[in-house]
Amino acid sequence: MTATTKGGLSLTLHVWRQPNAAAAGKMVKYQATDISPDMSFLEMLDVVNEGLIAVGNDPIAFDHDCREGICGSCGMMINGAAHGPMKLTTACQLHMRSFKDGDDIFIEPWRATAFPVVKDLVVDRSAFDRIIQAGGFVSARTGAAQDGNAIPISKVAADESMDAAACIGCGACVAACPNASASLFTAAKVTHLGLLPQGQPERFRRALQMVEQMDLEHFGGCTLFGECQEACPKGISIDSMMHLNRDFLLATATAKEEKSEMGAG
Amino acid sequence: MELKSKIPSGPLADKWDKHKFEMKLVNPANKRKYHVIVVGSGLAGASAAATMSELGYQVSCFCFQDSPRRAHSIAAQGGINAAKNYQNDGDSIWRLFYDTVKGGDFRSREANVYRLAQISVNIIDQCVAQGVPFAREYGGLLANRSFGGAQVSRTFYARGQTGQQLLLGAYQALEKEIARGGVKMYNRHEMLELVIVDGKARGIITRDLITGEIESHLADAVVLGTGGYGNAYFLSTNAKGCNVTATYRAYQRGAAFANPCFTQIHPTCIPQSGDHQSKLTLMSESLRNDGRVWVPKSQADCGLPPSEIPEQNRDYYLERKYPSFGNLSPRDIASRAAKEVCDEGRGVGPGGRGVYLDFADAIGRLGVHMITERYGNLFEMYERITDENPYERPMRIYPAVHYTMGGLWVDYNLMSTIPGLHVIGEANFSDHGANRLGASALMQGLADGYFVIPYTIGDYLASSKPEPITADHAEVRRSMESVLARQTRLLGIKGKRTVDSFHRQLGHLMWEKCGMARNASGLKEALNEIPKLREEFWQNVTVPGSGAELNQSLEKAGRVADFLEFSELMCLDALTREESCGGHFREEYQDAGEAMRNDEKFAFVSAWEYAGSGKAPILHKEPLEFENVHLSTRSYK
Repeated sequence: MTATTKGGLSLTLHVWRQPNAAAAGKMVKYQATDISPDMSFLEMLDVVNEGLIAVGNDPIAFDHDCREGICGSCGMMINGAAHGPMKLTTACQLHMRSFKDGDDIFIEPWRATAFPVVKDLVVDRSAFDRIIQAGGFVSARTGAAQDGNAIPISKVAADESMDAAACIGCGACVAACPNASASLFTAAKVTHLGLLPQGQPERFRRALQMVEQMDLEHFGGCTLFGECQEACPKGISIDSMMHLNRDFLLATATAKEEKSEMGAG
Repeated sequence: MELKSKIPSGPLADKWDKHKFEMKLVNPANKRKYHVIVVGSGLAGASAAATMSELGYQVSCFCFQDSPRRAHSIAAQGGINAAKNYQNDGDSIWRLFYDTVKGGDFRSREANVYRLAQISVNIIDQCVAQGVPFAREYGGLLANRSFGGAQVSRTFYARGQTGQQLLLGAYQALEKEIARGGVKMYNRHEMLELVIVDGKARGIITRDLITGEIESHLADAVVLGTGGYGNAYFLSTNAKGCNVTATYRAYQRGAAFANPCFTQIHPTCIPQSGDHQSKLTLMSESLRNDGRVWVPKSQADCGLPPSEIPEQNRDYYLERKYPSFGNLSPRDIASRAAKEVCDEGRGVGPGGRGVYLDFADAIGRLGVHMITERYGNLFEMYERITDENPYERPMRIYPAVHYTMGGLWVDYNLMSTIPGLHVIGEANFSDHGANRLGASALMQGLADGYFVIPYTIGDYLASSKPEPITADHAEVRRSMESVLARQTRLLGIKGKRTVDSFHRQLGHLMWEKCGMARNASGLKEALNEIPKLREEFWQNVTVPGSGAELNQSLEKAGRVADFLEFSELMCLDALTREESCGGHFREEYQDAGEAMRNDEKFAFVSAWEYAGSGKAPILHKEPLEFENVHLSTRSYK
């Protein structure tokens, strides 16, 4: 079985190389030859890396895992676009048939103060985990649940909640935003949980604390450029910002001092 | 080595309740004095870490990815089974139990499977409470779909992203506990050694994948939720990082490895497109609810576009051979049937390794809108990868390695043969026998993590009362030194071949000799070739860079080195099991293409004991006793 029957592509890559967080980085040029149009973008990088290793050079480091567009590990700026030119597609699901023979391709890591570069195309996205820690959950201790059908949820609400829950936490929204804001990521979680009855008891607390954490992590503010929505590989809508803003405003207006967690006595 | 399954006495339906009452408890004030390590943050690991922390234990959780949310459970598509009987179609705990034992071709433990079926209903409740957005009907109630190997509709789902949504539920529970201080999370840390002190599992040695630092972490018990070993085949539907290192190291340190040859080949994956292929992509089994599988009746038609092959010239072979289950036949059976028609020269697509999965009838019956709603994201994924539109042209699919039923041997408490070492999720062997039914992996991972280990860990801690140890203990130092020595060795070879080239070669060998069909002579050849390949690896691999930095080649090298040893155990187990059952199809033992079990000789779990480097492992047998189901030839006809 051969895949190169459609004719291999020859490409010039310009890749951000940075040995570690402390070192300076720079763009380095590589030739990629005989690239099958059926390859994924990451498979193309695999081929380049095999060539680098064979001559004793350090391969290009990039995060990746499932290569099915769902784990959210991979992410890189490809010709200035988060995850590259194809809409609703992660870098691992982008295929080389999106490029032409002779193309120059510029590959860089996500750029944001809150996502420091670890090495080459690998960045530290742990700020996202800390935003979830601040309130992106429903506190439902294991074992305390009632029957699943005891909480009917309209199909419309469940579907809209699912649309927002589809976020894979890749960080493309932050990378695409001129302010490096994490608002779409945060709004997606607030929307997912806020649309469900299970999410109501902690709804306002959640919005308040997640937004506070977002600021603490040095993400920028949202000024509704809308670039996040364009870059999102899962099609998370900027409409989710409406839920976040409403919950945040209501939370600020109605905030009360919280009593001790265990209640009185 | 003695295999004590510790299955409680009494009637099947009462065993777990009885056992829960008989287990020792740790009182709430004492729980915080115990420290438990959880390795892995998938459905099993994340749910276990979060739940044990809620109970009050101190938990440390480790994952090699940059966030626990990226564990490979995220990629599961189709759904999760539960015996809710919300459809009123005759489901029950007993039926889920029976289907699972039968689906596993009578090679699993009755008591474990029954417990799994019982717990299944609690899992759905728990996940709904966490805000998992399961599919709903217009009336607001939970929706179900059908899956292979069952004649009832018991699968709960969240579009084609069920694993993602369940994992995010568990991940969010875990993050809540991290914020509360109950769990300390170690991202980008890989477990490379198990620390055993006085015969008990007391900790792990990890490598910080960013700084390269080798660290020891000690605790009173260790729980492995490190997934399966499908990447032994290089090409599989597993994520690229999935590996056998943690469980293999446990095996080398004394944990029995059970049924390593039981691997699942999933029938509906996108066929390989070329030699550059780095992994294979699954198309959810749920597609077989509405898609019809066929190939041309005649070899001569294989080159034609499918639209030019008239109805009477198509062979809907699953419907023909298995009329009562049809396109929803279990995975092992559907995979073998696909291989069979391709071996006959009736396969379609490049290289003739593919069959059609056709939605034309369903689109005609239900309309495009309904099909988009059910499978839209899968259709998009298919088109992105193949550049073909499945609404207009049938999908091409072919079987691929997907899951491993084998794993570390555990008793009813999910404890391995090393006291204090517990194993959950795909990493253990316990519930699926020789073949796992669709939508049962998510069920088992969450059952183990939310509802089994939180009880059984208390029983272990209360009865074993581990003594305090410190990082300067001789065993801890020895374990760290062995990790460092191995790393130094890998970096020092400086040979000519890349890690991936060895991995691809091993994978090809395993697929050919220990894949969908196996025979004695092929397995013997593999057993002859694997040690040679391993030897070449240790002499000729090249690993650039150093150990004191992010070094993805070094990470891969360590994992492939372990696959190069472990795959030998898989072949040996396959050679020893002289019968066909579930995913283990030995060509010598068949009845016109159907698997021929040998219950008289092989109704046991093979549990392998490591005997030292270069020595043949020792086989122990745990007899399987069936008191509640009748052993029968599995028929889906």
